[in-house]
Amino acid sequence: MPLLEPRPTPSAQMRLWSPLIAIGLTLLVGSLLFLSLGKDPIEAFGVFFIQPLSSGNGWSELMVKAGPLILIAQGLAIGFRARIYNIGAEGQLIAGALAGGGVAIACDGIDAWWVLPLMVVAGAIGGALWGAIPALLRTRFNAQETLTTLMLAYVASFALSYMVNGPWRDPEGMNFPQSIMFGDPALFSPWFEGMRVNASILIAAVASVGFWIFTSRSFLAYQLTVGGLAPAAARYAGFSADRTVWISLLLSGLTAGIAGVGEVAGPVGQLNLNISPGYGFAAIIVAYLGRLNAIGIVLAGLLMALLYLGGEAAQVALQLPAAITGLFQGMLLFFLLGADVFVDYRLRPRPKPVIA
Amino acid sequence: MLEHLIPVLAGTLAAATPLIFAGLGELVAERSGVINLGVEGMMLIGAIAGFAAAADSGGGALAGLPAGAVAGALAALVFAVLSLSMAANQAACGLALTIFGIGLSAFIGQHYVSFSLPGLQPLDIPGLVDIPVLGRIFFHQDAVTYLALISFGIVWWVLRKTRLGLILKAVGEAPDAAHAIGYPVIAIRYGATLFGGAMAGMGGAYLSTVYTPLWVQNMVAGRGWIAIALVVFATWNPTRLVLGAWLFGGVTILQFHAQGLGIAVPVQLLAALPYLATVVVLVLISRDKRLLQLNLPASLGKPWLP
Repeated sequence: MPLLEPRPTPSAQMRLWSPLIAIGLTLLVGSLLFLSLGKDPIEAFGVFFIQPLSSGNGWSELMVKAGPLILIAQGLAIGFRARIYNIGAEGQLIAGALAGGGVAIACDGIDAWWVLPLMVVAGAIGGALWGAIPALLRTRFNAQETLTTLMLAYVASFALSYMVNGPWRDPEGMNFPQSIMFGDPALFSPWFEGMRVNASILIAAVASVGFWIFTSRSFLAYQLTVGGLAPAAARYAGFSADRTVWISLLLSGLTAGIAGVGEVAGPVGQLNLNISPGYGFAAIIVAYLGRLNAIGIVLAGLLMALLYLGGEAAQVALQLPAAITGLFQGMLLFFLLGADVFVDYRLRPRPKPVIA
Repeated sequence: MLEHLIPVLAGTLAAATPLIFAGLGELVAERSGVINLGVEGMMLIGAIAGFAAAADSGGGALAGLPAGAVAGALAALVFAVLSLSMAANQAACGLALTIFGIGLSAFIGQHYVSFSLPGLQPLDIPGLVDIPVLGRIFFHQDAVTYLALISFGIVWWVLRKTRLGLILKAVGEAPDAAHAIGYPVIAIRYGATLFGGAMAGMGGAYLSTVYTPLWVQNMVAGRGWIAIALVVFATWNPTRLVLGAWLFGGVTILQFHAQGLGIAVPVQLLAALPYLATVVVLVLISRDKRLLQLNLPASLGKPWLP
């Protein structure tokens, strides 16, 4: 006897509760994990979630990490609403970083205000072009974007490795795989002395507002969503399926590309092999945890950024491996998907005994 | 030339082994209607479990492979509960499994970064190994590479010649009909999914205990995704899957032999080749929509509850 039965209509309440349930379950299992490692869970959670936010620098770091996560997730959410699964945002981030970094290297020594804006534009184009490849392969040749976007993410990382080992390697960098350090005109200048938060967070903020207006007000966004939920209805209404693919992948490539520039022109300050700690993948979780909703994504992005910071703090204070962040990310997504089942289904009530 | 080519072709077979394991497992799951995008995660979990078992017990690959298979099946069980019993979105659950597997394997793997294992000596098949050229390619391999080919034979036989294979395919094509005539659809899909997990875990354990017998974070390096692409490329046919795996095995090891073969291109381009090749073969096979539709298990990826 199956335990689940479909709800007559999806539960809107459950849709909002589900991320909170998922977070709660992750914390619960996390406590058990800490206990099994011989750590006091209360202390561990203090290190994970309170300590990073107990200083100004902590808040600055939170913004530094939340910025790219939110920006990428906003772009991904458009595609996910339309059931276009771009899971290679990491590759589009790298492509954007390469394009923007290329501008910075070419403009090295030029002290002009337009260098940084040009980098951002180049990064947006680079990311969008990297997203355009799977869009072309999907619309022209019917190749699944899930696999092609991911494969192209690997290709992008090898392209990055080639550039920083070859043409763009810093001649005075002791043979390390890295480019020159970018000059001030090619960097977002930090807002506060000794902290890394900078104006690139504004791009994520503006994008969030823009995506909120786009998804809640525009007919185009409605068409995209219908295309994902009911392809047959969308075809009947004359909404183009190919256009959905193109818009989804170009937009998510564009935001990921800008996020890539934000990293190389911000905290990293050059091109090297560590420009992203997996932001492109973590943004997938951010998009789902934020319910594919622009405001939800901002909250989810902040939480995910805190997970990154907590992982770093736990490494120092508790001698736990930093990989624990990845473990928490995975658990969070699992619990979220499990809780989401109850948006469309409910537990079947025990059948009442029939009295003859 | 030939003396260069023999190690390349022999290495191709070994490089194809993890793809054959993972690909066959995914193929069986997909024939039952379940698409599990968590292959990469299951391979990583299998790789670290296999490595840990091999290193801690001192039993080498002999202990590592079964441990990897069990761990892979357990990982698949999590996926199965969510996507089969609870009818959650299969694509999203698979993705979650991959992200979880990357995190879990890196977390456990921290203890094992400086270890290395003895690996496996090649096992010569008496008589056959003396065949000129072919003997050194096909019959001078490690035991697990033979095992991969044996499992291909079993999967081929079960799918093609047995009642079990017929039921499995029926469940994948028409779960409602299979349910109506009394087959336990969910149980069969559980079985296929767990088999897929065990095979992926074994493929991962082969990588970490035999192929490169040491633990490196994220060492599966996209092979799980390539295995999923291979299943599409093979149009859900095990024979074509093995041929595809050999093709990819060859592309994968090209970078190690490029110098000997006189190929002068940047090493990063050669390293990117398997991923580029995956895109190319996906395009080649997907452009023929009818061919794909004809072979695609009809209920693939669609949640089903009785």
